[in-house]
Amino acid sequence: MIAPLYKLGYFGFDTSLIFAFIIGLLFGYILESSGFGNSRKLAYQFYLKDMAVLKVMFTAIVVAMVGLLYLNWAEILDISLVYVPPTILNGQILGGVLMGLGFVIGGFCPGTSLVASAIGKLDGMFYVGGALFGMWIFGEIYPFVQNFINGHPMGRVTLPEWLGWRPGVVAFLVILMAWGLFKVAELIEKKFGEIIEGETPME
Amino acid sequence: MKKPQSKPYWNPYFAGLMLGLLLLMTFFIMGRGLGASGGEMRLVTYILSLVSPEHAQANPYFAKYLKGGSPLKAWLVFEILGVLFGGFLSGYIHGRLGFKTDHGPRISNKGRWLLAFLGGMTMGIGARIARGCTSGQGLTGGATLSLGSWIFLWVMFIAAYAFAYFLRKQWI
Repeated sequence: MIAPLYKLGYFGFDTSLIFAFIIGLLFGYILESSGFGNSRKLAYQFYLKDMAVLKVMFTAIVVAMVGLLYLNWAEILDISLVYVPPTILNGQILGGVLMGLGFVIGGFCPGTSLVASAIGKLDGMFYVGGALFGMWIFGEIYPFVQNFINGHPMGRVTLPEWLGWRPGVVAFLVILMAWGLFKVAELIEKKFGEIIEGETPME
Repeated sequence: MKKPQSKPYWNPYFAGLMLGLLLLMTFFIMGRGLGASGGEMRLVTYILSLVSPEHAQANPYFAKYLKGGSPLKAWLVFEILGVLFGGFLSGYIHGRLGFKTDHGPRISNKGRWLLAFLGGMTMGIGARIARGCTSGQGLTGGATLSLGSWIFLWVMFIAAYAFAYFLRKQWI
């Protein structure tokens, strides 16, 4: 096992910040190139007109998931050292509902709003301002809500562990599910599609 | 469909492949995934610690980010700085820079700005409650097959579809 490089001590914290910047740069470049600096394109996902959000997300999840399992199997990367977001049911369910609502009201998620702001989108900048304001509010009310939102903690638990199935089986089902979703997305676009393929002139 | 005035966006499957490879590379190098809202939370904490250091220290949530030096010397802060630069670079290369507001035909720019702010606020609160946003929970948790992240992902998608009807005048 030679990876994860940082966790195995190949370089220190200060160097990791350089990687953070480079990785962020590529992340921002890919999001903007996908058209995710355009709130209409993002919102169209939820009006069945442009399914790019679903296609990009699930393709990325499948590619990284398969890559992780392969690198672990080939004894290159120790998957047990990779950070898995912990499962805390109350927070993830309530947060998910609010974020679904915030997505259709605001037209972005936090990462895409940064990219939109970077290319001059004014709605992106208002969104970033709102997100920072919302995070401040959250911090202020945290002492009153912490018991609820930290409720039902299950720690670092993966789908294969929870189901008691082998990771490869779960990965295969995720690929199958993604393939099915892509097929449905293509059908929906054929019927209702109004795909935004680039920046359009102002209305 | 209107003719695009800029270079076209990438094919979504190609974009997903690139994003997946980047995510995998991040796991390989760092042992962690991508994020966005965590970096913003640190910026909020930093600003608050300038305005009222005592207040920030007295709050358990902000205090957590103030332990061990500046809240800005963090991996996610440098990552979102990169996101801003990368987004700008792509906008520059593809001819998409310019001050503009995107919205449907039935809402004014000002109305869109108000909703963008309110939506950002809702997302900001939600992302802290869920401990991560579409990047931290969706991509990173999705690829590592975290149980909670997969629950989160479906709840968020279903909620967005459920609320979409009430926001239709902004978009279509």
